Amino acid sequence: MSRQVTDCYLGSEVPLVPLREPRATPRRRLVTECYLVFVAALLALTLASPAVAACPTLADLEGKLICPTCKTTLDQSDAPAARQIKDYVQRRVDACASEQQIKDELVAEYGPAVLAAPPREGFHWLAWLLPLAGFLTAAVVVSTLVWRWSRTRPPPDPPVDSNGRGLDPELERRLDQELARFDG
Amino acid sequence: MAGRLKLAAQVLALALVAALFGLLVWKVARQDDGASDKLGRGQTPRAPSFHLDRLDQPGKLSLASYRGRPMVINFWASWCDPCEEEAPLLESAWKRYRSRGLVVLGIDANDLKGAARSFARKNRMSYPIGHDGSGETLTDYGVAAFPETFFVARSGKLVCERLQGGVHLDRNRERFDACVEEILAA
Repeated sequence: MSRQVTDCYLGSEVPLVPLREPRATPRRRLVTECYLVFVAALLALTLASPAVAACPTLADLEGKLICPTCKTTLDQSDAPAARQIKDYVQRRVDACASEQQIKDELVAEYGPAVLAAPPREGFHWLAWLLPLAGFLTAAVVVSTLVWRWSRTRPPPDPPVDSNGRGLDPELERRLDQELARFDG
Repeated sequence: MAGRLKLAAQVLALALVAALFGLLVWKVARQDDGASDKLGRGQTPRAPSFHLDRLDQPGKLSLASYRGRPMVINFWASWCDPCEEEAPLLESAWKRYRSRGLVVLGIDANDLKGAARSFARKNRMSYPIGHDGSGETLTDYGVAAFPETFFVARSGKLVCERLQGGVHLDRNRERFDACVEEILAA
């Protein structure tokens, strides 16, 4: 395309012919094919990700569950109660139960306190929303204060003499004249 | 206008601090180590009520349904080794004293139901068992570790003492028998 434009600009008599792409070398073709294979593999992995997520690992869940006796997450506890839950989770993971399914089963056994993070439902929403509300409130308060402070800043103090008194208008006029003369 | 806004903001901030302080005071005042704490101070508190799913059969296990009878309440879990050691003794006490009106209640806490049922079957536990998965009843009683055993008189009050750790022939079996006799006689 650039060649066509150049030819027109120069007013060439040479008839314009459709440009052809330079013939692809074997190396370039190989690179293109590799790129296409890579993109296809990436696409397949992305599409397959829900299936991967459906089979979590014990490590995925250990940090999200609380040991009922020691009140720490399972990955930080070796208490007998924690070991029992880990064994249970491992069995369910081996059976390819989903993360949510395992959590629901454990909540049915131990209650919602077995979850490290409160569920996003009903009253538990407060635990998620309150920190956000606090942050937003603080941001609004700070912004308002800064805005008001910047608006109400007093004008700069008038020049004062060595005794801390304001300059006499006559003296200030003479000073301006001297400065103007000095600049001129 | 700005002055009133400032005053309102100050009042709001003070109210918020006061509310938070009130919440702290309420929480501290309400904090209770459970019935075991009062029992340890020589008091005889009422046995905290419970209404739990039964583990050994369908239905509920509640303290109220045994009101007026002397009770031994034992907290256990399937992952607790001393619980397994003491299980035969509790079973034999249940069989020996039930004709005199004694009720032995097991409360399986912080445990998986399936594992607890296997444990009860393996140890041939035939007395009523409830499941306290969340540990609420555990907290009400102030159980510190597994196993623990409480004695409830016919009046519904906790008496004698709580036995912490497994009940063993060589350790506290005599104390266990004495407490059982005490609630049967009261």
